[in-house]
Parts: sequence; C-alpha cells; structure tokens
Amino acid sequence: MTSTSVRRHRATGLVVLLAALVATGVGYAAVTDSAQAAPPQASETQVQQGRQLFLEGCATCHGLAAQGTDSGPGLIGVGAASVDFQVTTGRMPLSAPAVQAPRKTPQYTPEQVTALAAYVASLGAGPAIPSDSDLSTTDANLAEGGELFRTNCAQCHNFAGKGGALSDGKYAPTLMNATPREMVEAMLTGPQNMPNFPNATLPLEKKQAIVKYITDNLQNAAAPGGLALGSYGPVTEGVFIWTAGIGALLLAAVWIGAKVR
Amino acid sequence: MSLIVKEAGKAISRADERAPISSLAKANLRKIFPDHWSFMLGEIALYSFIILLLTGVYLTIWFKPSMIEVPYHGSYAPLDGIPMSEAYASALNISFDVRGGLLIRQIHHWAALFFMAAMIVHMFRIFFTGAFRKPRELNWVIGGSMIMIGLLEGFAGYSLPDDLLSGVGVRIVAGIIESIPVVGTYLMFFIFGGQFPGSDFIPRLYTFHVLLVPGILLALVGLHLVLIFYHKHTQYPGPGRTNTNVVGYPLFPVYTAKAGGFFFVVFGVTVLIASIVTINPIWAYGPYVPDQVTAGSQPDWYIGFLDGMLRAIPPGWETVIWGHTISWNIFVPGLVMPGVLFTLLLGYPFIEAWVTGDTREHHLLDRPRNAPTRTALGVMAITFYGILVLNGANDIIAQMTSIPFNYITWFTRVGIVVFPPLAFVATRRFCLGLQRRDRDLLLHGRESGQVLRLPHGEFIEIHTPISDTEKAVILSKVDVPVIEAPPATDENGVVTPGLKGRRRRAKWSRFYFGDNVAKPSAAEIEAAAHHAHEEHDHEVEELTEGGKDIPARLTD
Repeated sequence: MTSTSVRRHRATGLVVLLAALVATGVGYAAVTDSAQAAPPQASETQVQQGRQLFLEGCATCHGLAAQGTDSGPGLIGVGAASVDFQVTTGRMPLSAPAVQAPRKTPQYTPEQVTALAAYVASLGAGPAIPSDSDLSTTDANLAEGGELFRTNCAQCHNFAGKGGALSDGKYAPTLMNATPREMVEAMLTGPQNMPNFPNATLPLEKKQAIVKYITDNLQNAAAPGGLALGSYGPVTEGVFIWTAGIGALLLAAVWIGAKVR
Repeated sequence: MSLIVKEAGKAISRADERAPISSLAKANLRKIFPDHWSFMLGEIALYSFIILLLTGVYLTIWFKPSMIEVPYHGSYAPLDGIPMSEAYASALNISFDVRGGLLIRQIHHWAALFFMAAMIVHMFRIFFTGAFRKPRELNWVIGGSMIMIGLLEGFAGYSLPDDLLSGVGVRIVAGIIESIPVVGTYLMFFIFGGQFPGSDFIPRLYTFHVLLVPGILLALVGLHLVLIFYHKHTQYPGPGRTNTNVVGYPLFPVYTAKAGGFFFVVFGVTVLIASIVTINPIWAYGPYVPDQVTAGSQPDWYIGFLDGMLRAIPPGWETVIWGHTISWNIFVPGLVMPGVLFTLLLGYPFIEAWVTGDTREHHLLDRPRNAPTRTALGVMAITFYGILVLNGANDIIAQMTSIPFNYITWFTRVGIVVFPPLAFVATRRFCLGLQRRDRDLLLHGRESGQVLRLPHGEFIEIHTPISDTEKAVILSKVDVPVIEAPPATDENGVVTPGLKGRRRRAKWSRFYFGDNVAKPSAAEIEAAAHHAHEEHDHEVEELTEGGKDIPARLTD
C-alpha cells in the first residue's frame, strides 16, 4: 500500500475528523481545567521561573519574599488575578513613583506573566485568573448590567465609562480600552484606588452583566444624537456653545451688520 | 392689479375704522434705528427664546410630568425593564419613539444654551458702552432680571427629564434650600412636598417651567422691546451723530429684512448644531436613583459659577446653635453670594449715577476706553465669574490635564481674591493708555512711517492727520468733571451739611474719573494744527531752498 492509497481510503476522512475532534476536546478540557482550578495547578517550573522574574523586576519594591516594603505593598494572598491585571495592562512594573500607576505597554510576555502569576499565587490563596467561560456574557442581562454599572461604577468611571478625577491627582481610568478579563480581574482584586467586589458580594453573573454593559453599550456606544463631545457632560456642551455656537452667530451678526455702500 | 390694490385699500380702511392700524404703522414702520453688528446680540437671545417657545410646545405634547414609577419597555434596549419615573420614560419616548422628538429636544436644549449665552454677551455690550445710563436704567434691570429668571428656567428645564445627572443637581438645590437658617428644612419640605425626592417635585417644576416662568419672561421681553422703542436706540459716536438724533435706517424695510433674515440664521445654526452634536444624552445617564451618581456630574454652563462657588468654600464652616447646625459653607456660596452678585449687577446703573452725579440723558454710547473705571470693573467681574466657572468644572479639567483638582480648588480660593484686582488695574491702565493715544492722534495725527532727512541733517517723521470720522469719534468723549470734596467748614466756621457723604462721593468720583486724560480743547487742537502746518511749510521751504543751495552748503 502506498501512502497515496492510504489517503484515498474511504475511512481516512472519518478517522482524521474523529482524531481532530478528540484532540480539540481533550486540549480544550486541559486548558479550561488549568484556568479554572483555584489555586491554579501551575507547574513547579513556572513558579520557579516566576520567582526568578519577581526577584529581578519586582522585589525592589515588594520585598524579596513579596512581604512588602515602604515602597510597595505585600503580595502574599493577592492572587494570580491581581498579577495578571497589573502586569498585562502595563501598570506594573512601575516606571516611576506616582500617585497612581498609569496604563502603558506591557513589559512582560504572556508566558512571563503566567509565570509571575503562578509564583504570586503559590505564596497564598487569592483570586485566580478568570477563565474564558467566566468571561462569557452571552447569558448576561444588558439592562441589569447598566443598573449595576450606575450603582457601583459610574460614580468614579463616569456614566459613559470615560473615567473621572479622584482627589489629589488620583483618577479612575477610562474603560474604553479595558478587556472583559481586565474588568473582571479589576472587580475581583480592586487595583489602585478601586474598591474590590469579591464574588461573595457581587456574584460572577452580575460581573458578567456589567462587562456586557461596558463592552456592548459603552465601548461601542451608539450616538443617536450625533457627536458625543467626549461624553463629558455639560462642560463640553458649554465650551461648544461659547466657541462654535456664539462664534458662528457673531460672524453672522457682523456679516449682516456690515455697512453696504 | 388695480383690483387687488383697491380691495386691499378697502380692507385697510375697514380695519382703520376699528383700530388705528395705518397711523400706528406710519409712525412706527419708518422709525430709524442705528446700524452696528453689536446691536444684534440681543436679537440672538430673542430669537432663541422664540425657538424655545416653539420647540417647547412640541415637547409638552409628549412629556408626562409624573414621578409615578413605571418599568420601561420602549425601544432603547439598555434600559429595558428598568423601573423609572414616568417623566424619564416619556423623555426617552420623545428621544427614541416620537418622530423628530430627539431633534426637537436637542434644538430646545441648544437654544437654551444660546439664550443664556446671548443674553450675557448682549449684557456685556450694554455694560461696556454705558447704554444702561439714564434713561435706560429700568431696561437694564429688566434685562438683568431676565438673565436671573432664565437661569432658573434653564435649571427647571434640564431637571424635568428626571435623569441621573439632573437628579443630582436637584439634590444639590434641595441641600441649598435646607441650608437657609431656621426656615430651610420647612421650605425644602414645602417645595418638595416632603422628604427628597418625593413625588411632587417634577409636576410642580413642570408648571413652573412651561407656564409661570415663560409667562414672566414673555412679559419682560415685551416690556424690554417697548422700552427700546420708546427710548429710541442708542448709537455709537460718529460724524453727525449727537445725543439728540438717531442716524440710521428705517425699521421698514431695512431692519425688517435684516432682523427677519437674522432670525433664520439663528434658527438655522441652532438646528444645524442640534442635528450633528448631542446635548444632554439622558438615555446614557439612566434614571435618577438617589443612591446613584456619575463622575463628572456638572450643571449646564450658566449654573457653573454657582457650582464653582460651592466647590471653592472650604468644608466645615458651620455653627451649631442649640443643637441646630447652620451650614454657612452651603448657605453663603449657594444663596448669599449669588444674591449679592445679582444685586450689584442690577444696581450698577444707580451706583454709577450716584458717583457721577449725572442726571443728563445719554443716547450716545461711550467708548469703553473713555470710561476706564467702569470698563475695568466689568473686566474684573468677568474675571471673577470666569474663575468660578472654571472651578465648577474642576474635576473635568483635572481629568483632562492631570492637574489634581485640589490644586485647582486652591488656585480658585487664592485666585478669586488676587486676579480680579489685577484685571482691574491692567484694564484701567490699558484704557488710559488708549485715551492718551487718542489725544495724540487728534493733536499730531498718525505716524506715517515716512522719515525725512532735512538738508541741515535733522530727521523728522511726517504725521498724517486722521480722517474726520476718526476725529468725530475721538471728540465724542465727554470729560466728566471730578466732584471735589467741599471744605469742612465754610468761611463762617459752619460745618458743611452732609460732609461725610459728599466727601465719600468725591472720593468715588476721583476713583472713577480722576485719571482720565482730558480731551484736547478747541484751542489746543487749533494750536497743534497751526504748528503742524507751520512745520510742514517750513520743511517744504527748506527742501526747495536746499535743492537750490546744495553746492553752496556743501562748500560751507
């Protein structure tokens, strides 16, 4: 039998399809298993690699055993979700001491982030990185998400998720670039000045509803009224009327009032 | 054609037999108005008001002023099933399910912003040109009252939809009312029909917004216009314009065309803005729930100065008397200061009249530079107001510039005391400088940039005399005499009656007019002209003479 004839065998297609399905199923199960497990079943190598990265990049402020120093908080028990949020959004490592860590280009590759998260998670139990199914919003209620958003989030992040100023230069960042995973991780861990909303007080389904409201209604906001002027409220409307509005009418008045000889 | 004229004539006669239409039209249609673009600012406000009335009627057809809670099941999905007041539900209905509703809502709201902004720009023109002086003090008071009432009307209007943003504003106003010592809480309960928010406020506000206040505004607008007709319009100084004439064009056809056209421009610009720029996206704010709030909650711009004042006052300024707290930190910025500001605003014509002791009528406008203290006071007031408006938006500015809003608040607390006086001094010096320049222009003409070297080596610059129009404008300046303080006693040693008041007035008079640069007298102008003439002749003489004598001079 030549290889061509094997490929041409009637059953070959079926066998390949079955094999592919099995592989996908097993692979998917493996992936979801590892993500859902709390604490995550990270390999010892990952923990070791994470420890190495931690000592190089984080220990200066967080302490050699992540116990915290004057310059940075302790990380024992903050969980993998916290590490994933802070490092994938580029907030950590901090480029310079400031009232708040700004979002910037991530400094670590996804593998390095996983290793760091594994190391920090190994120090003490904390919120795990949410799995893809945790982030599914297909069953979530959009209107309920809006209600929860206005009750819990809008007071700092503004009604349109554009962010807002807090005291002494602190701020709630805009939600326009946040991914569903970042949103859920932020709610679970309460980074920077944000309070945390553990699943005991805000169940996962409600978090999903909020995520749905942000992704479907705020990040892709329809603008039935036209230009939204940044959704900052009446201040930008006032600036508009005093510049473009009154400006246009003054020009018209000068035009009409001009002497015609 | 002749038939039409005949029939029209008959109709007019029939009308005239019953009311004096023809004679009224004859007397008023040919009334002369002076021409200047700045005389059209009030028209913007008037036309915005008409737009507000028209669009407002459309909105009342659909709006339900009720605080009864209903679940929403309209076409805006993100609020589906959410409980809300009928007022908010009907405002959503206007925005999404009524044909043209959102456009009309946006026209109405943008026109409201135009109305307030145009009234204020118009007021600046009136103030800086001294058009509020006798006999127009009453019209100034009417205009100022309209700004104050317009502010309340605007607040009522944007609060009616009962959305999350405006609900926060209503809560602040409820707090300000509560801060009134002794009666505050009772008054708040009286207005809201019980505890905040209750269920009476929106229906009450609705009556206030669509019936009471527009009625008052309409009456005031009518009175304002009648008084303009009665007083005749003021005019800017210029050749042939005096305090006893009006130089311009007749109402019909020139101003009917110009004003009619301008109405369509204002309407067009408002509709254009309303079609392309969102205002007050109530659907995005959500319904008002007392335990919710959004970051960057702001009032419409004309309330901003009040918010800025509230935000600037340091916390903790309170007195506790017999277990009752008086919150000065809310009462003073929320009610006392706006009260003082509006009293000063409305009273200004009378204050200035007292200082000048002037009882003449003024129909010729002042150039702002010729009333430097008034102009400086105006700029000072604008600076004061502007700082408050900025502080009202301190959180938005903080967000956009990354400057902590605590710094902006402190900047306001210090700046509100420091910057207005600086603005006053700078503006006054600037005006006095312009007066000196005017005097110089009148006496010596304009520097032409042509420099001549005379044969004997002297350099002179040729000055060209200014035009007659410019001369007339500069000469329109009225030198207001500074009132001198009387001696303490007369020659018989009798104490001058009312000494203290007269001294105070003399002091204010010197403050207002003491530094004014005197307009050159006729003799001075004559002398200057003579001098220039002589010099010019002299130059020409020397030049021609020089031309002949060059070799001789060179050999010297």
